Amino acid sequence: MSAVVAGASAPVTGATRRPRGGLFRAILRNRKAVVGAALLLLFILLAAFPGLFVPGAHHDPQAIGDLPLQHPSGSHWLGTTGLGQDVYAQLIYSTRESLVIAVVAGLGATVLSVVIGVSAAYLGGFADDGLSMLTDIFLVLPTFPLIIVLATYAGKGNLTVIIIVLILTGWSYGARQMRAQAMSLRNRDFLESARVRGERRSYIIVVEVLPTMISLIVANFLGAALYSVLTAAGLQFLGLGDPNSLSWGTMLYWAQNQGALVNGLPAWALSPGLAVALLGVSFALLNYAFDEISNPALRPVRRRRARTAS
Amino acid sequence: MRYLIRRLGFFVLTLWAAMTLNFFIPRMMPGSPEEALRQRLSKGGSVVTAEQLRTVLAEFGFDPGKNLMLQYLGYLKSMVTGHWGVSIGSSLGVPVTSLIGDALPWTLGLVGIATVLAFVLGTLIGTVAGWRRGGLIDGIVPPVFIVTSALPYFWVALLLISLFAIGDNPVLPNDFNYDQGLTPAFTGEFVWSVIKHGILPASTILVTAVGGWILTMRNNMVTTLAEDYVRMARAKGIPGRRIMFGYAGRNAFLPNLSGFAMSLGFVISGTILVEYVFNYPGLGYMFYNATVSTDYPLLQALFLLVTLAVLICVLLCDFAVFLLDPRARTKG
Repeated sequence: MSAVVAGASAPVTGATRRPRGGLFRAILRNRKAVVGAALLLLFILLAAFPGLFVPGAHHDPQAIGDLPLQHPSGSHWLGTTGLGQDVYAQLIYSTRESLVIAVVAGLGATVLSVVIGVSAAYLGGFADDGLSMLTDIFLVLPTFPLIIVLATYAGKGNLTVIIIVLILTGWSYGARQMRAQAMSLRNRDFLESARVRGERRSYIIVVEVLPTMISLIVANFLGAALYSVLTAAGLQFLGLGDPNSLSWGTMLYWAQNQGALVNGLPAWALSPGLAVALLGVSFALLNYAFDEISNPALRPVRRRRARTAS
Repeated sequence: MRYLIRRLGFFVLTLWAAMTLNFFIPRMMPGSPEEALRQRLSKGGSVVTAEQLRTVLAEFGFDPGKNLMLQYLGYLKSMVTGHWGVSIGSSLGVPVTSLIGDALPWTLGLVGIATVLAFVLGTLIGTVAGWRRGGLIDGIVPPVFIVTSALPYFWVALLLISLFAIGDNPVLPNDFNYDQGLTPAFTGEFVWSVIKHGILPASTILVTAVGGWILTMRNNMVTTLAEDYVRMARAKGIPGRRIMFGYAGRNAFLPNLSGFAMSLGFVISGTILVEYVFNYPGLGYMFYNATVSTDYPLLQALFLLVTLAVLICVLLCDFAVFLLDPRARTKG
């Protein structure tokens, strides 16, 4: 892998073995990452062009039909809801909101954890103690009950409220990892040389430190997105979301409310949850694959080598 | 010793933070609790006098005329001394403590057993998977449990219900904690009923919680097995099983133990959903009901209780780490 790139500047390549696009290639070589990325891509497509995946007759997923509580059939692939809406169409059109919640809340939580974690490590001293303490407290506080309390008081149903609450409760785990990583980077030579050059602190953090932490940041984003998907779906399932919105959690809420399982309609009751699960799985697979890429010891070993080793 | 004192300090500080959040969240949010209460109380059909309203609000620690700081101090005092007020939800006027007392044993039994079982099982499977690197178990374990750990709790619950509890001949019941015809007593019939009603919720928690512990334990194991002292033990000819548990496992277990306490918050989150799906009359279901009926005192008490539970677990795990790990003892 390194042979092609190494050619020109042989002596220094030891340190910079990984060529450009190495990360991309590493993802392609990891089966978990490929499966996860394929799933995610599918969901992105569904979210961007839901109309392409739904037969023309059901392009308005909220349209109330005259055949409520139908079993899956040729015209309603996953049956209909209590109001005669097409479950399959709702499922596809719900992808967008669920994915947006995951990505926005995941991004927000990641940014917050980078800011808090890295500044704790760099400011040091009193600020570090304070920020670490804050992180630990948020890490231990039971988030889901806190979210429920917040969502109850803040008025049910508001998408912005849900996203903000998810960000506020989802950053702590990442911040702890960021701090540890930044601490270990703190006294490296390249940072020392930047300091000697007289660069400003903000410049050092943004240009020198953050790029070296990129794989941890990506892994963090995936973890936070996974957490957001599951938590948002749980909240909406309990009826703390907007009951008129189109998202998987809301679909589950209605399915539970109108007794989908009791009425013998497992397709309606289970398919939105399956979608949540699949999106979660895609984030989890990517996350684990990133662990394997950054820590080669965790990669699956080939059987042949394992036999001789044990 | 310093380590323990610091952990105790953390315990107190976090508890204080939880109480402070509890106090300020309702006061910072839009809408006055007084108005919400009036609506809530009159919706039940009962006529509420201003006098009654004020009494309830005072129980709730809310007094518009009083200084916020004084209210806060009074609130802290009543929380610490166990005066948690009365419910203003569906069971109006019942002290919060007695409501919680009724529900607590069910949740402790169900969630406690399921969580500990998941942790023990997960740690064992993870140890074996990490030890037999590249073996049959290790080939299956990571992909399978990455998937199960990403499954939503409520979905697993719904799936189990549709598989076992609904249809022509349901194998297991899907709601409540025991058959409603029975009176609680220590008879075989009653105990069997409780167990039968607990199987599905417990397996839901087990299935979704076990994956995370297996994966972290396996990864810790893999890292630990590369250490020199493991190679040394192998060179000395110590039997494999002893290396697995006594050398590698013991050290790989430490981060998992602190992780256990941390992840307890997630398990409790899941419990709310699981108990809701199964109508299981524990604390999680009560939490949900308190939300629906905007029963603020109950909601606050439950949140405090859950935080306390997590914190006690964190503290216990800290003690355990302190006992198991000489490094934690000397470093202070």
